[in-house]
Amino acid sequence: MESIEDRQRAIEAEFNAFDDWTDKYERIIDWGKEIPGIPEERRSDEWLIRGCQSRVWMIASRNPDGTVHLEADSDAIITKGLAGMMVHIFDGLPPAEVAQAPLWVLDRVGLSSHLSPTRANGLRAMVDQIRRYGQALALQA
Amino acid sequence: MTPPPYDIDAIRAQFPILGRQVHGKPLVYLDSAASAQKPEQVISAQADYLRTRHANVHRGVHALSQEATDAFEAARERVRRHLNAASTDEILFTSGATAAINLVAWSWGRTYLGPGDVVVVTRMEHHANIVPWQMVVAERGARLVPVDVLPDGTVDEEDWARALALEPRMVAFTHVSNVLGTINPAKRWIAEAQAVGARVLVDGCQAVPHLQVDVRDLGADFYVFSAHKIYGPTGLGVLYGRREWLEAMPPFLGGGEMIASVSFERGTTYAGLPHKFEAGTPHISGAIATAAALDWMEYWGVEAIASHERRLAEMARAGLASIPGLRILGTAPEKAGVVSFLLEGAHPYDVGVLLDAQGVAVRTGLHCAEPLMEHFGVPGTVRASFAAYNTPEEVDVLLAAVHRAARMLS
Repeated sequence: MESIEDRQRAIEAEFNAFDDWTDKYERIIDWGKEIPGIPEERRSDEWLIRGCQSRVWMIASRNPDGTVHLEADSDAIITKGLAGMMVHIFDGLPPAEVAQAPLWVLDRVGLSSHLSPTRANGLRAMVDQIRRYGQALALQA
Repeated sequence: MTPPPYDIDAIRAQFPILGRQVHGKPLVYLDSAASAQKPEQVISAQADYLRTRHANVHRGVHALSQEATDAFEAARERVRRHLNAASTDEILFTSGATAAINLVAWSWGRTYLGPGDVVVVTRMEHHANIVPWQMVVAERGARLVPVDVLPDGTVDEEDWARALALEPRMVAFTHVSNVLGTINPAKRWIAEAQAVGARVLVDGCQAVPHLQVDVRDLGADFYVFSAHKIYGPTGLGVLYGRREWLEAMPPFLGGGEMIASVSFERGTTYAGLPHKFEAGTPHISGAIATAAALDWMEYWGVEAIASHERRLAEMARAGLASIPGLRILGTAPEKAGVVSFLLEGAHPYDVGVLLDAQGVAVRTGLHCAEPLMEHFGVPGTVRASFAAYNTPEEVDVLLAAVHRAARMLS
């Protein structure tokens, strides 16, 4: 399995290939299209992430091998892309890694500073929630 | 004075900020309805004052204080002349248009509104012309009646007539809608509202940048605008009020500058107009820079600026209309230079982010007009607004950027 380090390095390389932020957003939107999303009936408030301007749902569960299974969706396309990017980074990792592994790529590619404050807060809220899921699933192990 | 030929290159050269880039692209600033950029003349008027003439006003006998006072009062006269008010006593400087509306809502409202009284607004108001009235009617046991807006973005005249039949004490409406650009028939409405005994406050924030406003011709009781939307500084609003009403109204804020005499034993007496309503040290440099902004607008001609903006807005509207899934909000025949639109299935915020990435600054969201968005059943819009310094080439950049955003978000 690809480590979270490898995944982040791959994302960094992809981002650095684009000069233009529109192209970077295009890539972000594609991450949203690469995840299956969450059907309407499973989008309960329990999985809603607080702190986002647009609505974001993230569901975490355990794969048979004990790793974390992440699903995400949003009613805004760029937000869904960001959520997809998070799924791309964290999905399929052991719970302890999801809870603790260093996440450096957002700063490195300039996303943390480029996003508007509300969106940056939203992204932080997603990461915080993913970390909490990791902690909870690690405790169940 | 006849304005010179409209020289867009000369105009742009006067705005230092227009030379900068965002995200590595030339800035295309289409958010002037939120706040206009400042020409060198305004920037230097404010800076020169701070460099050479600053002192507190209406105090000290020393030379600087006199010079500052003269410049501040000359700015008041400049605003009076622009609005064609009868006297500088009718021109109050506030911290912004919001403060100006609050001043009237509280000073006038607490004096004249009682239980059961009606205040009328429209559903296209900015929050600043809704919330102060909601607050004061709640305190006075009065009620706020909003007049409906039709699908084309004009006010429903039948509902307007129904509201006036309630014999409101106050009617407050926007001269030009900040979201839709609709120009309301202010002069006729003022006459109709006054005919049923109402006082009328007009929110002129989106009008003064685009129309030559004459408060006496309009017959307004109160008229407010903000300097930063007419190429002037932030932190300065203007409240025009007819002398007879201002004289009868109690002060809103207490403090220095607004008193004649203060005594614990004999009580306090207030200064005359306009100082009665200007407690504390005013925004002196802001008032002076506002006068410079009016000079700047008058030099190029308010009419000439407005027709330039209308042409750009028309180009934008025509170009946007050809984008599949794009819906333009507001099709009133009389419109100022703004275009509000939505892309089907796309969050306005996403559109705004993608336009920003392409160097285009637009406003996205509710535009401080949540009731209007609710009325149209939309989660917000993208608004491009045009000013004196925008160009047809910038409209092309906008259109290309929206096309690309539409493709990315479909």
